[in-house]
Amino acid sequence: MSTLTLDAEALYTELRSGVRGLWRADMAMLGIWSGGAWLAERLHADLGLPGKPGVISSALHRDDFSARGMGHGTDATKIPFSVDGTHLLLVDDVLFTGRTIRAVLNELFDFGRPASVTLAVLVDRGGRELPIQAAFAAAKVTLPSDQRLSLTRVTEGPDEGRFTFSLRGGQ
Amino acid sequence: MLNRRNPQLNAHGELIHLLSIEGLPREVLHHILDTAGTFLSVNDREVKKVPLLRGKSVFNLFFENSTRTRTTFEIAAKRLSADVINLDIAKSSASKGESLLDTIANLSAMHADMFVVRHSESGAPYLIAQHCAAHVHVVNAGDGRHAHPTQGLLDMYTIRHYKKDFTQLSVAIVGDIVHSRVARSDIHALTTLGVPEIRAVGPKTLVPSDLREMGVRVCHDMAEGIRGADVIIMLRLQNERMSGAMLPSAAEFSRIYGLTPDKLALAKPDAIVMHPGPINRGVEIDSAVADGTHSVILPQVTFGIAVRMAVMSIISGNDA
Repeated sequence: MSTLTLDAEALYTELRSGVRGLWRADMAMLGIWSGGAWLAERLHADLGLPGKPGVISSALHRDDFSARGMGHGTDATKIPFSVDGTHLLLVDDVLFTGRTIRAVLNELFDFGRPASVTLAVLVDRGGRELPIQAAFAAAKVTLPSDQRLSLTRVTEGPDEGRFTFSLRGGQ
Repeated sequence: MLNRRNPQLNAHGELIHLLSIEGLPREVLHHILDTAGTFLSVNDREVKKVPLLRGKSVFNLFFENSTRTRTTFEIAAKRLSADVINLDIAKSSASKGESLLDTIANLSAMHADMFVVRHSESGAPYLIAQHCAAHVHVVNAGDGRHAHPTQGLLDMYTIRHYKKDFTQLSVAIVGDIVHSRVARSDIHALTTLGVPEIRAVGPKTLVPSDLREMGVRVCHDMAEGIRGADVIIMLRLQNERMSGAMLPSAAEFSRIYGLTPDKLALAKPDAIVMHPGPINRGVEIDSAVADGTHSVILPQVTFGIAVRMAVMSIISGNDA
């Protein structure tokens, strides 16, 4: 059992202030499916931004496709604004190897040429395998590489919509 | 094929070839349709290409001519970034006497990763799948009268797109069913997806009676066949496959079974009309219907590319 305790809701509050600091009026927000998309949705509402955030998926550009094949998720990129010339804030739950971000950037450029892309994440867990960094991370932790950390969202009951973390694998 | 492992699936139950819809579990069909939904949006992007099959070689082996099906497979493979090689086998090696398996062995030596096979003999894609190297995937693009699984899947995608739920539908398949591999694939898919009423409509000579054993309602009366239907799938009258006197005449067939606005009025008001193409205007379908508001014949073509992208990406991501 891991003794690590991460309070997703408290970290979300941190992330919200971090994003408020990074945000500029001409930006658009994009959440990475699925955890990042939930965060973007809530950030968008909490910051009172107009329109809807985009959702972007790494599925079609993943570098482990030949080993893992097509996933069973229903993740599909939906970008309700023009990417061309736009400053983008990319949001994800956990930053690890950087491979998802690489795939997402490739996906993004299939839609156009953004003016800039800034990354904000809930947790940076280290272990980078590519030269990718977040402009803001609400927490930095170190985890054994065989553990899988991801955000989950309560789907029913009085806590509906609340964020928690799921930690799987490892010792 | 009794009690044998389905050759389309690996030990984990994942799809490695697409040979027939028969025997595929409902989850596999839904996975293909869901994945196709993802690919549909790729066609709307600035860059209409994703790199999933980058570095892979897809060989289109058409032992029987079909420009349209070959083209849609070619577009699908190219949008997945594969290298596509089109072989018009009908005009080359086969006519020089080379056997099917020798042709496959030669093409495998050219490092093929996928074969898309159209053949006039039922079962030819199975034979290829059994004899090709483990890393090679096979897609059946129509074999004899047996199956045309990607057409069946794109028909299912179309129905799901317009009707959402399969479990309340009445689907009428009309016309030359005996020669139609599309009809066979549609019937297997509709059954697997839980459609409660499937009707096969046409003259006795063109509707095999053994369809009843598959749970299909056979109707020789057109009005009875399409009354209250949610979906009408018209089939092409396949003159080139028609030998002997199976029909008095195309004109007579058209008068009785051709879909006109009057006959269409018997179906549900929101019924959709499908056709695998190419259509014979004025034979099995009236122009007013083919071009009318109920017709979804052109969306079928668009969906077909996304469905073929889904099939190719799923099978190439799964190991034998």
